[in-house]
Amino acid sequence: MDAASFAQGRFREFMLAVLLVAGVATLPLFVKDVYIQNILVLTLMYAALSQSWNILGGYCGQISLGHALYFGLGAYTTALLFTKFGVLPWFGMLGGGLIAALIALALGYPCFRLRGHYFVIATIVIAETAYLLFLNWDWAGAALGVDMPVRLDSWVTFQFARSKLPYFYFALMLAFVTWIVTWAFENSKWGYWWRAVKDNADAAESLGVVVFHSKMAAAAVSAFFTAVGGSFYAQFVAYIDPGSVMSFQFSLLIALPAVLGGIGTLWGPALGAAVLIPLTELTRSYMGGTGKGIDLIVYGMLVISVALARPDGIVGLFARRRRARASA
Amino acid sequence: MLSAETIVQSLASGLLMGLLYGLIAVGLALIFGLMDVVNFAHGEFLMTAMYATFGLAVLVGLDPLLSAPLVAAALFVFGALVYLGIVRFAMRAKKNIGMVQIFTTFGLAILMQGLAQFLFTPDYRSIANSWLGGKTLSVGDIFLPVPQLAGAVVSIATFGLLYFVINRTDFGRALEATREDAGAVALVGIDRNRVFAIGWGLGAALVGLAGAIMATFFYIYPDVGSSFALIAYVTVALGGFGSVFGAFAGGIIIGLVEAITAMILPPSLKSVGIYSVYLAVVFLRPRGLFGSI
Repeated sequence: MDAASFAQGRFREFMLAVLLVAGVATLPLFVKDVYIQNILVLTLMYAALSQSWNILGGYCGQISLGHALYFGLGAYTTALLFTKFGVLPWFGMLGGGLIAALIALALGYPCFRLRGHYFVIATIVIAETAYLLFLNWDWAGAALGVDMPVRLDSWVTFQFARSKLPYFYFALMLAFVTWIVTWAFENSKWGYWWRAVKDNADAAESLGVVVFHSKMAAAAVSAFFTAVGGSFYAQFVAYIDPGSVMSFQFSLLIALPAVLGGIGTLWGPALGAAVLIPLTELTRSYMGGTGKGIDLIVYGMLVISVALARPDGIVGLFARRRRARASA
Repeated sequence: MLSAETIVQSLASGLLMGLLYGLIAVGLALIFGLMDVVNFAHGEFLMTAMYATFGLAVLVGLDPLLSAPLVAAALFVFGALVYLGIVRFAMRAKKNIGMVQIFTTFGLAILMQGLAQFLFTPDYRSIANSWLGGKTLSVGDIFLPVPQLAGAVVSIATFGLLYFVINRTDFGRALEATREDAGAVALVGIDRNRVFAIGWGLGAALVGLAGAIMATFFYIYPDVGSSFALIAYVTVALGGFGSVFGAFAGGIIIGLVEAITAMILPPSLKSVGIYSVYLAVVFLRPRGLFGSI
């Protein structure tokens, strides 16, 4: 494949994303039902979160099952700054993102020396520790969490009491931004380094890839956007507690769309979220309310079957065409 | 105030609990050592064993002490079936193999929790009357809970038996050979799939034994496994992944650390001590305490 057709291919991907975003943006014209709108917001949020996770877990191959830590940090930074000091959520969002990125770097320093399962378990353990600390941190509301009453129905305070649509458009923008960031990184020096680290860290190192710095960069970018997603979530639901934003289950939820859609791929997370989130939300509301766990059964079977049947994710279904193009 | 007595008392209970943690974790270590797979449904295996023990106690009136071997046998069959029905296929993945293994076993964990909720409701259950439950034994000024004491005895006996099986029997040698080179053993006539299936069965039977004892003093509910699973991962990692006797030592360390943390910090933070020790150990020795390679 020559450079011109490669650039053309990338431009085509970009245009496809723009068209998709434009298409999704018109959905509220047809979807008036608040319940469905709610599912759309969550789907877009998970697409953004999983896209962020995918940078570290998918492209760089460092499987984190502790991303709820960064999500929670974003949510708590925004919520606490707003309720305790009256700082506007926009600053909280940026601050939360930066704090999460800094913490990711501080944690990455010792953690990225660990390999395989030792690394995965370290991510779980660190997030669990933070969860327990927040659960016992009285100033931050401890187990009761933080309630964020609506002060002003406006974009200034990023609070909307009457309509879900502003949240919808923000989530759409966030999903688009994380997609563009991934798209831009994919073809940069970092993107190639990340994939080299994932495939074979030792070989990459011997060829001059600075493995450690690659992992650190991926962790910082990934944590930043995960935390921005957390800030958004805090504004969206107006109430957070450690159980809903920092639990291990949440870390899994962040990773799953990317895994289902196709790990380490540009479209995987969005595709995975589009399938997984509506499905789980619908099974939960139609079958979960009975407390019979049918939603869990469906969910578990879905995860097993996709992991077994399509190890490269749903994106794998579309890959044949692309492979044919790549070898031409 | 912390008197010498309370300290000895806490350490003694910590030691007993630690031996039980070792027993909970050893199946995980065995399976990992054999085939490099972390079973993320390990906690749900424990939960299944607890419900099985509960069921036998309620329906047949069998005491957990008597049903323990039955539960272990049932879990053996279950573990082997999980390998043959699910994990075997996850091992065949050509791409993202680590990811496939993690998420198939996670999917299984979610599925099993859902099934438990469906069959038994999310209610907390406990076995009201058992030979062990609720009794204590006093040694001088120290009171030892009998269920945990029994768990510790079973744990030590099981590890002794495991030592024998791994080092002195043909099956143990086949296990060791398969873990060293699963491809080469086929050439000498060992059926790899059979060894793996038995390995999964054995791993599940061991956690089944632990579950039967746990059922005498712990509440039984659909996600009871999650918290113990995390402790088991930490135990196994601390001991060095795959090292069966590392799990024994790891369990004891975890039990003692938990007891000490509970004396210093509020009880709700007692796991923080365990997590910190894990991080301290792997940061200083990235292969765990007793890990080789």
